[in-house]
Amino acid sequence: MQRRKIVQKTMFLFFYTAAAINAAALSIIVFFVVKNGWHAINWTFLTQPPMDSMTKGGILPCIIGTLSLSFGALLVAFPIGVASAIYLNEYARPGKILRLIQLGINNLAGVPSVVFGLFGLAFFVIFLDMGVSILAGALTLGIMTLPVIIGSTEEALKAVPDTYREASLALGATKMQTIFKVVLPAALPGILTGGILGISRAAGETAPIMFTAAVFFSPNMPSSIFDEVMALPYHIYVLATAGTEIEATRHLQYGTALVLIAMVLGMNLAAIIYRSKLRRKLI
Amino acid sequence: MTLLNRKTNDRMAHWFFLCIAAASITALTAISFFLFLEGIPIFKKVTIFEFVFGKYWYPTAEPPDFGIFPLIAGSLCVTLLSALMAVPLGIMTAVYLAEIARPKIREIVKPVVELLAALPSVVIGFFGMVIVAPFLQNTFDVATGLNMFNASLMLAFMAIPTICSLSEDAIYSVPVSLKEASLALGATHWETIIKVTLPASISGICTAVILGISRAIGETMVVLMAAGGAAMVPESIFDPVRPLPASIAAEMAEAPFRGDHYYALFATGIVLFLFTFMFNIFADFITHKYRQTGEASL
Repeated sequence: MQRRKIVQKTMFLFFYTAAAINAAALSIIVFFVVKNGWHAINWTFLTQPPMDSMTKGGILPCIIGTLSLSFGALLVAFPIGVASAIYLNEYARPGKILRLIQLGINNLAGVPSVVFGLFGLAFFVIFLDMGVSILAGALTLGIMTLPVIIGSTEEALKAVPDTYREASLALGATKMQTIFKVVLPAALPGILTGGILGISRAAGETAPIMFTAAVFFSPNMPSSIFDEVMALPYHIYVLATAGTEIEATRHLQYGTALVLIAMVLGMNLAAIIYRSKLRRKLI
Repeated sequence: MTLLNRKTNDRMAHWFFLCIAAASITALTAISFFLFLEGIPIFKKVTIFEFVFGKYWYPTAEPPDFGIFPLIAGSLCVTLLSALMAVPLGIMTAVYLAEIARPKIREIVKPVVELLAALPSVVIGFFGMVIVAPFLQNTFDVATGLNMFNASLMLAFMAIPTICSLSEDAIYSVPVSLKEASLALGATHWETIIKVTLPASISGICTAVILGISRAIGETMVVLMAAGGAAMVPESIFDPVRPLPASIAAEMAEAPFRGDHYYALFATGIVLFLFTFMFNIFADFITHKYRQTGEASL
């Protein structure tokens, strides 16, 4: 009896350690980026373009580029994603079509990010002749974030109790009316949370925009969606691997990484907190 | 009349939403179509066999060599090594979250795993490059800290959240009655976990592992920045490697438009796409074939 208890205690300690390693990994990464990056952050860094062949100055064009790319991606993915989830949760009946669509979504979610980049290059940049531009990048990122939006919207729709739908239908509303006036409003907070997660995913990706939207350096701010842009993740990559002064710009690399993770983790944290509040309310 | 209208309206709405939901399939089809369109021309120069099993990747040499075997070997080795770290850690964290942790701790650890998943890959790659690489170089006295081990370690932390959250769902959905039966027979909590809960959720855990590995194979920025980039078959875990995605990402910018190198990189993309596609189909197959249906799955 005693031995079994000891075995249990030991094994649980292992499991506890495994969980702690994850927390440690996250804290160590965030710690080093913050520790080495916060010196670089000041008003000039956030509001000026890079200067002296990117060894001084700020990252304003990258911030603007990343914001426009990720919001552009959301504009593409949000309507399609929400409508897909409405089909999956409200209309579809179990069968071959549903199975095929789910298979498509799962596989789309599994496509490597660099393959999205290749596709964006071949289709948007070359075939549709958009060139390396915000538009091409946002469309590529949009397709990539589609599964994220579909997944979280589906979850939000599933959380709406069936009694809501039945009550509405019993009052004589059509299915459309029920969806738009009852189900969607009830699921809206959950759907918006999914939107935030989608933006943050798009903001952090590098490989899909490498060939479709991002450039090392552009002297001007983008003025239209057909312009190429600088972007935070790509800026980190370029400064860290291809710059002329890799060591000298280390603090700028850390600073850019800090801005990026502050944006991405901030959005995620907001979404997580908001969602846990929602769950408590529904239960 | 109005009743008829409402019916047709609902039908039309149904079709409308179905068409939009098909967008994912359309996108997937378009992706494979354009990959093949831009990748196939390389096979006029080299045979598929030479391309996949060729030992030398010197795309800019004269005459160029387009053999991606070292890249495939690099991808497989990095992925395997990262799976060795990520699978046990991911599953154990999932068991901890679903079975052991008190609700309060669970509410802290679960978001931590989600935030780990949200870390941009370029930041993880950067961390591997500037913090982990010098550390490895000094501690293990190896030629370069940018090597297979570094990339695998970084990749593991990208795969853990996928493995963990999907496994946790599977473990969580094991019926309580099963566990209660085991406990009532006098088994300890640990014995119940290892002999009842885990076997009952094994199909879900397998899916989680496959999807986690598939994520690691396709991950680009980490292997681009931390793996070292030498296109050779690794002999030790501290050798630098150049996995498939790294090669594509690093060389695409320099490859002349629609030259042989460009086509070869798209063909590399096809190989990568097929790898992950197979993994995903396999995961889907397991999910549906061995669907967890309560007691019946034990």
